[in-house]
Amino acid sequence: MALTEFFHELLAPDKVDEAWLIIQNQFPTAIWETLYVTVLSTLFAILIGLPLGVLLVTGEKKGILPLPAWLMQTLNVIINLLRSVPFLILMIMVFPLTRAIVGTVVGTEATVVPLVIAAFPFVARLTESSLREVNPNLIEMAQSMGASPLQIITKVMIPESVPSLLSNATIAITTVLGYSAMSGILGGGGLGKIAINYGYYRYKDLIMIAAVILLIVLVQLFQSVGTRLAVHSDKRLK
Amino acid sequence: MADEDRIMLEIAGLKKKFGEDVILDGVDLTINKGEVVVMLGSSGCGKSTLLRCINGLESFDEGSIRIDGEEIVSGSKAMTHLSQKIGMVFQSYDLFPHRNILDNITLAPVKVQRRAKEDARAQAEQLLRRVGLWEKRKAYPRELSGGQKQRVAIVRALCMNPEIMLFDEVTAALDPEMVREVLDVMLELAQGGMTMLIVTHEMGFARAVADRIVFLDEGKILENLPAETFFNNPSTQRAKDFLQTFEFKKH
Repeated sequence: MALTEFFHELLAPDKVDEAWLIIQNQFPTAIWETLYVTVLSTLFAILIGLPLGVLLVTGEKKGILPLPAWLMQTLNVIINLLRSVPFLILMIMVFPLTRAIVGTVVGTEATVVPLVIAAFPFVARLTESSLREVNPNLIEMAQSMGASPLQIITKVMIPESVPSLLSNATIAITTVLGYSAMSGILGGGGLGKIAINYGYYRYKDLIMIAAVILLIVLVQLFQSVGTRLAVHSDKRLK
Repeated sequence: MADEDRIMLEIAGLKKKFGEDVILDGVDLTINKGEVVVMLGSSGCGKSTLLRCINGLESFDEGSIRIDGEEIVSGSKAMTHLSQKIGMVFQSYDLFPHRNILDNITLAPVKVQRRAKEDARAQAEQLLRRVGLWEKRKAYPRELSGGQKQRVAIVRALCMNPEIMLFDEVTAALDPEMVREVLDVMLELAQGGMTMLIVTHEMGFARAVADRIVFLDEGKILENLPAETFFNNPSTQRAKDFLQTFEFKKH
């Protein structure tokens, strides 16, 4: 049967030996690179995206800190523009910026720049949706107690949406992980690069499958840790 | 004491529209220090809007509101300082679900009023003990019953040392047994000399607690009478009809 033949060929002893050697040699660094790029990029994206998401909610006409309408529109257009460019195209488009910041456009560090550019508008939107879930009565309550807009943001809106923010941070980090694997095709490091270099360019399917399995494991790991943190932080549930 | 010194809240010619709808149509109301005023009226008569105007949550079109001689302007810088003088309790408790009871109470005194943490906690303890909820200080709001939540909400407002307390149908969402425990706290507060403006549908309570009854209808104050006079002998037909809806007679 074709399927058994396929597996027979895939798992031929010499291929398995060869794959195992490459896995031992290359994977530890690749996993480290993937984690490093993903975590660092997500952190930067949150650093930019979280305040931006706050502005998207508070800066509205009926928000607690209304901003000029043209400014809000500009913000929204920029975020939508960045969100609509496919990641690989965006990566090429920001090459000049990447070169200016990192000095090169290939390698692990270099991918952080396009990843942050791709992820921060996403984080801003996720933050926006989290903050919109906060009960408006609580914000009024804080206002009626004389809290300033900054106090309302830092003491009410953000603390009250922590479970939702954590769930959304998990979505962000898994998305960035996916992007970082994609970046392997344009000089990025990590598991994506290995999957493409060995699997796609050199027909070493086993290596590709191993890399993909590891990516899946990483996503599962992020997701279960994130979900656990989010549930744990939710004081509205038993 | 001069007359102006006795006045806690002074509302003059207050008008408020939502689009074409006139919600408040020239409201005049004065509340003296230590006075307890209960505002009655059917739903939609503008009671809640009036309270929201008083603590600056709602802007208004005409007229003025003064608290202790200072004018209320919604959204102004001075409002931050002024709203600390006004304690407000809503029907929906609005406790912060992710903070425990003690933190719910001390948050504003510490962050907004910049008081020392120990000082705020000491006052919170004293107030919580008074309403019998000190044991619940570490609990989260979801672990409390409606009546307990509302008592905490009252304590939270009191911990800001307000000069006047506004209550907006605070027992409307509660089971009958829980209504009592909340009303008892308010009654005690009234007897302690707090200036209060209460919106309620609990007629028995209104009668017991109020120095004065204000009857609001279609955005206008129709009656402004001592409590006993209002209940025994209201001067307008509208008020008579309103009171009638609370009576049940066998035919």
